[in-house]
This record gives sequence, structure tokens and C-alpha cells, in this order.
Amino acid sequence: MLLLSRQNEKPDNMKKRFIVVWFRHLTTDWLTLRRPDLQSVPFVIAAPDHGRLMIIATNMLAETQGILPGMVVADAKAIHPEIEVIHAIPGITEKLLKALGEWCIRYTPIISVDLPDGLILDMSGCAHLWGGERGYLKEIVNRLRSKGYDARAAITDTIGTAWAVSRYGRVNPIIEPEQQASALLNLPPEALRLEPLIIERLQKLGFRTIGSFIDMPRSVLRRRFGAAFIQRLDQALGLEEEYRIPIIPIEAYQERLPCLEPVRTATAIEIALQTLLERLCERLQKEGKGIRTAIFRGYRVDGKTVHIDIGTNRPTHNIRHIFKLFELKISSIEPALGIELFILDAPKVEDVSLDQETLWNEERKQLDDLIIAELLDKVAGKVGAHNIRRYLPQEHYWPERSIKQSSSLQEQPATTWRTDRPRPVQLLSYPQRVEVTAPIPDYPPILFRYKNKVHHIKKADGPERIEREWWLEEGEHRDYYTVEDQDGQRYWLFRAGHYSAEQSQWFIHGFFA
Amino acid sequence: MEKAALKKDVISRLRKDILLLEGYKPPLTGNSNAIGLGLIEDAFPNAVFPRGSIHEFLCDQPEHAAASGGFISGLLKSLMKQGGACLWIGLSRTIFPPALKAFGVEPDRIIFIDLKRERDVLWVMEEAIKCEGLAAVIAEIEAVSFTESRRLQLAVEKSRVTGFIVRNDLQKLSSTACAARWKITPLPSEIDNGLPGVGFPKWNVELLKVKNGNPGEWKMEWSDQGFRPSREKALNAPLKQTERKAG
Repeated sequence: MLLLSRQNEKPDNMKKRFIVVWFRHLTTDWLTLRRPDLQSVPFVIAAPDHGRLMIIATNMLAETQGILPGMVVADAKAIHPEIEVIHAIPGITEKLLKALGEWCIRYTPIISVDLPDGLILDMSGCAHLWGGERGYLKEIVNRLRSKGYDARAAITDTIGTAWAVSRYGRVNPIIEPEQQASALLNLPPEALRLEPLIIERLQKLGFRTIGSFIDMPRSVLRRRFGAAFIQRLDQALGLEEEYRIPIIPIEAYQERLPCLEPVRTATAIEIALQTLLERLCERLQKEGKGIRTAIFRGYRVDGKTVHIDIGTNRPTHNIRHIFKLFELKISSIEPALGIELFILDAPKVEDVSLDQETLWNEERKQLDDLIIAELLDKVAGKVGAHNIRRYLPQEHYWPERSIKQSSSLQEQPATTWRTDRPRPVQLLSYPQRVEVTAPIPDYPPILFRYKNKVHHIKKADGPERIEREWWLEEGEHRDYYTVEDQDGQRYWLFRAGHYSAEQSQWFIHGFFA
Repeated sequence: MEKAALKKDVISRLRKDILLLEGYKPPLTGNSNAIGLGLIEDAFPNAVFPRGSIHEFLCDQPEHAAASGGFISGLLKSLMKQGGACLWIGLSRTIFPPALKAFGVEPDRIIFIDLKRERDVLWVMEEAIKCEGLAAVIAEIEAVSFTESRRLQLAVEKSRVTGFIVRNDLQKLSSTACAARWKITPLPSEIDNGLPGVGFPKWNVELLKVKNGNPGEWKMEWSDQGFRPSREKALNAPLKQTERKAG
């Protein structure tokens, strides 16, 4: 057969398997969960369309009465006058499917939403964890059904066929590899995800099943039904790749650890973390990369996720070090009823510079030593990185601006530290007002009162005038004096602006050693 | 006479043995380990400033804190000579980094950690002094209990990092396991020939307690990039054994 020979040519080293989940009554099931009183009542969800109310979703009970989506509410009322009509909430389908998709992340990392009523899970290489494809499918469908969603699912090699079998298949939801064509034979053409217009045309021509036209020459089909039709057919058969955008983007550096039994103890969480770290760091080491940030997530049985994250000052793949950083936060994980899946992500990864290994044992200690970086990581993990500060000189005379915070340990000062002017060891973050007696202009005061204590000035230096940088802020200049009182205590005082007997304002700004 | 000399010799040898048993190793070569404190160093066991132990500084006023800051920076100059970094941990830190340059310390080699809770200060201090890559760790803290100081002291004995605790609440003063307790207070500076201006920083250095050493009181000045004994002739000797305070 032509099709089969072409299938065999496909360069595919890993066999893809997809499971498509179809929610037959997605929105109505959800509403029933929210309002249990609707359980035994036939109801429909309707939205206005061209000036009338159109039914967009029905529940099982309404469906048995013959009320189907696409009908007008007035017609439905004619069939069943007591039917309950509920107005649609815009955007709810997308939200629901996304939430369900996120819940399904425990089964596979690659999940995409298939509007309006399905989920597509790329289950390649996942099924063995649930004891084979049958167990996998059963687990998903049973879990969704026990939650209250009427779900059907099918597993095949292609998204197209899985979609078709989940909706129209009657025999077996699991299609063996490369058996798509035979599975499709007895299904109606609607199963190919075609435009309504094409379906209508196919039905007019008497094509009741896919099998009736699947063997026709491609050129004929293309001429009659267009390129989109051929594309859908090829996608279902696996002759053409179909791409989907996953709801959770795939992290390049991620490790997963599903648990057979939900775990609840700190020791178990530590073991999980250790295992994941070993796997991830081994990979990073091979590629010469190191972690800058990492997130450790736990998916709980009750559907919530818990996570802890760490950051490092320099890229590292040292398992012991990263584990220690996480260890500080493990106590903040609430396992509740148990965690069934652990995921370790490294969203930020950088190249490890090789020289750091040589620095390790060097006699002369360096500021950017690995050991210090690791210490600071630990401190940052406990108290926050914003509390760790390192200062570099800045070319400003204004004392508050003469230093700037450095962002890294490697950064070297661009200018030298100035020592030509006296600067106090303790600098108040804000200058404080002091009362002074300063009888002579441009001379230091003879006494000042600070915190209710009078200090008689015995020795003084100054003034050192520091102009305010007018291009940065406005205000008066400062005339700084270094003064020493009767007890030998040394202070840094300044007068804001020029001297005037009554209005001069004096401040204390620091204490000298 | 000869007997007395022999006795003295035996006693000094026994003292040295005891020191050795307590973990104080005699200096290997000459003055290489000197911290630059001159006369004060004689007060310590083996006449060596104890690195790898916790030193406690008492200061209850910002003026005293400034003096202690200057004094510690002077010690850091020697401690950081071999490179390495220094951690300065505090609750409401007011140390102004550029001023430390005057005491011979590169301010960009000091990492400041500003915290909100005293408990965190002790935690960071303990983690830091376990880290052998650091030259010194300074923590500004209100009070430290005996148990806490013992923990810190045991940690530094292993890592040989020098730790400084600056305590600013003297109401809660308790005995600690620190190797030395200092009190640094500012003194009026000295100016030659009545010239105007303020002179070099000058302090009254009190060594209130020192393990296996002799407490004392000295007047020191920071000039010419080093500690100098005060130029005025004053009591610059350790207290006599009889005047020694307990501890």
C-alpha cells in the first residue's frame, strides 16, 4: 500500500504517542460541580447570537431530551418548557481547560489546550510509569470522571487520529502504533477536524466514512476539497507533523521525580531533592554549566503546588552547596496530604568559568573566592539578597553619594578611595539638627547641644565646603567642621547654607573615631 | 638565690606548658604575627594577639562605637594583609565605608550585611565564622549570652577566623566565653605646639578581660598608618597582678 510505504520512510527515531482527552460536557459539568442543585435538572448554557439566545452547551439530561448545542433557546423551550437556561460566562472554557491541563501535568510535561473542549497530552515515554498505556489511560479518565468531568480519551501515534477516536471511536481507545489508517476507516469524515462546509460536501457526495475516500488519489482530493483537507488527513495519518504550543513552556534544564506513594516527611523531600539535584548537576557538569537560580516544586495530592527557590552569586553545579541552600527552606514546604511529583527547574543557567576551581586551594584568599560566594548564597537564602551590600567609591563629593552599592563581588573600584579629607567612621543616615552657639561667621561653633547634652568645642578643623550637585538636586551647600569636645569625642558638624546669626541651621552628620 | 632563679624558671616553663595544653601555640618566627598593637600585645598569652578567637567590644554611645570602629579597622589592616574578605553584620549599621580607608582597610573588600532581627545576626555570624575564606567577621549586636558566645568561640577555634562582637547594650552585660573584652573610648587628640585643628584619633584602650593574659589600660593613637602609644608619659603598663579584675 502506498500509504504504508510512505509512513516507513519517515525519519523518526523516537516514537511519538499522544493522548487526547475530550470533555463532552465541559462547562455544564463544571457548573454542576459548583451548583449541586443542577445535578438532576436538565439545563443549557446559552449566549446571545444575532439577537437570539443560542445554546452552546447542554448537560447529559438535556441531551437525552433531544436538546443539542447549536439550537435556539426558544426551540429548546418548545421541546422541554421547564428547561433551565444559564447565561454563558465569556472565557470560561479557556480558563477551565488551562486549569485542567495544569492539573494533568502530573502525567506528562507537554500538554496543550485544544479548544473548545479537549486537551492534548504528549505521552511519549510516560506510560510505563503507570504500568502501560491501558493503565495510563484508565488512570487519567477515572481520575477526571471521579472529579465529575465526563471525559473520554484515546491514545494513538498522531494528534489527529487520537482526536478522531476519542470523539467517534467505538471499539478500542488505544490504537496500536502505525495503525491509524485502519482505525480511521470506519469513522465519519467529521472525525478529521474539517470545516463544516467540506463535511457537508463530503456527505452530499456520499462519503459516509473516511474509508470510502482514504485510498483516492491525492491530486483528486486536493482539487475537490482544497489543501486544508489534505493537511488534516495527513496529520491524522502521521504523514505530516502537527505542532502545538504547550501550556507550560518546557524548561531546558528540568528534572522530574514522580512518587509511587505520596510523600509527607521532610526526609523524603530531602531524598527527592538530592536525587533530582544529582541528575541535574550531572547533566550541567557535562555541559560545563552552572545554576544561577533554581526552583524546586512539589505537586500535592490536593491539586496545589508548593515551591521553594534559590539563587546563587555565581554559576555552580556543586550538589552539596545547592542542597544546603535548599535545605534552609525545606521546612517551609507544606506537604499536607502528600506530594506525588517533584520537579526541579533551573531557569537561569550560565557557563561555569574554569578558573574558580583553581582558586579553591590557593593560599592567598580572594574576595570572589568560591567559598565566600557560597557563604553569601546561604545568607541570601536565609535573609534576602538585598540585605547584603558591598560598596565602591563614586566620584562625588557629597557624602551620601560618595559610595555606590556594587552588584557583584567581582566588580573592582573604578576610582580610588579618597583619604585626603577627613570622613567620620560613623555616618548618620540622615543629618540631625543640633542647637549651636556660633558667634563668629565662618568659624566653628563654640558649643552645641545634641540629645540634651552640651558639648563644648575645644578643637576644630574646617570649614570644608561641599556644594550640592545642582544637576542632581536643589538645596543649600554644606560647610563641614570636624570638632572635638571637652571629653575628646570627635564629631562632624555642618551648617546648611551661608552664615546668618539667626537663621543658620546646624546639623550633626557623623562621629569620628 | 640560685634556688629562687631555678623556681622561677620552672614556673615559667610550667606556664608555657599549660598554655600549650590550652591550645595557645608559641609564635614560630619572630614578629611576623604581630598585629601592630605594640605594648598591648604583651598582655596576651605568649605575647601574641589571639587570632581565631572572639573579641568583645563594649560601647554604649555612638561616640564609643565610632572609636571601636576605628580601632577594629586598625586591627583589620593587619588581619587582611593576607587578602581575604571581611563581613560586617549589624542591625542598624552606620559605619561609613570611605572612612575605613584611613585605617588602611580597602572598604570594597568588606561585605556589609544589614539585618532586622538579632537572631539573624547571630545566625549569619556563626555561618560566617565557619567560612575559612574570611579574614574577620564583625557583628554589632545588643547582647550575647554565654552559650551563644561559647558556640561562636568553638566555631572560630576550628576555622581560625577572627571574630569581633560589638555590644551596645551594657545593661545586659553578662559573662561570655570570648577571648578578650575591650572598651575603647575616645581621648582628646594631641596637637604639637598648640597648633589649631584636630589631631590624630586617640583612644583609651581598656582590656577588661583576657583569657590567660593580663588585663590593662593603655592610651593609643592612630597615626602614620599604625597604632602608636600616646606621646604623653602616662601609665602605659599593664596593671599589677593585685589590681587585676576578676575574669
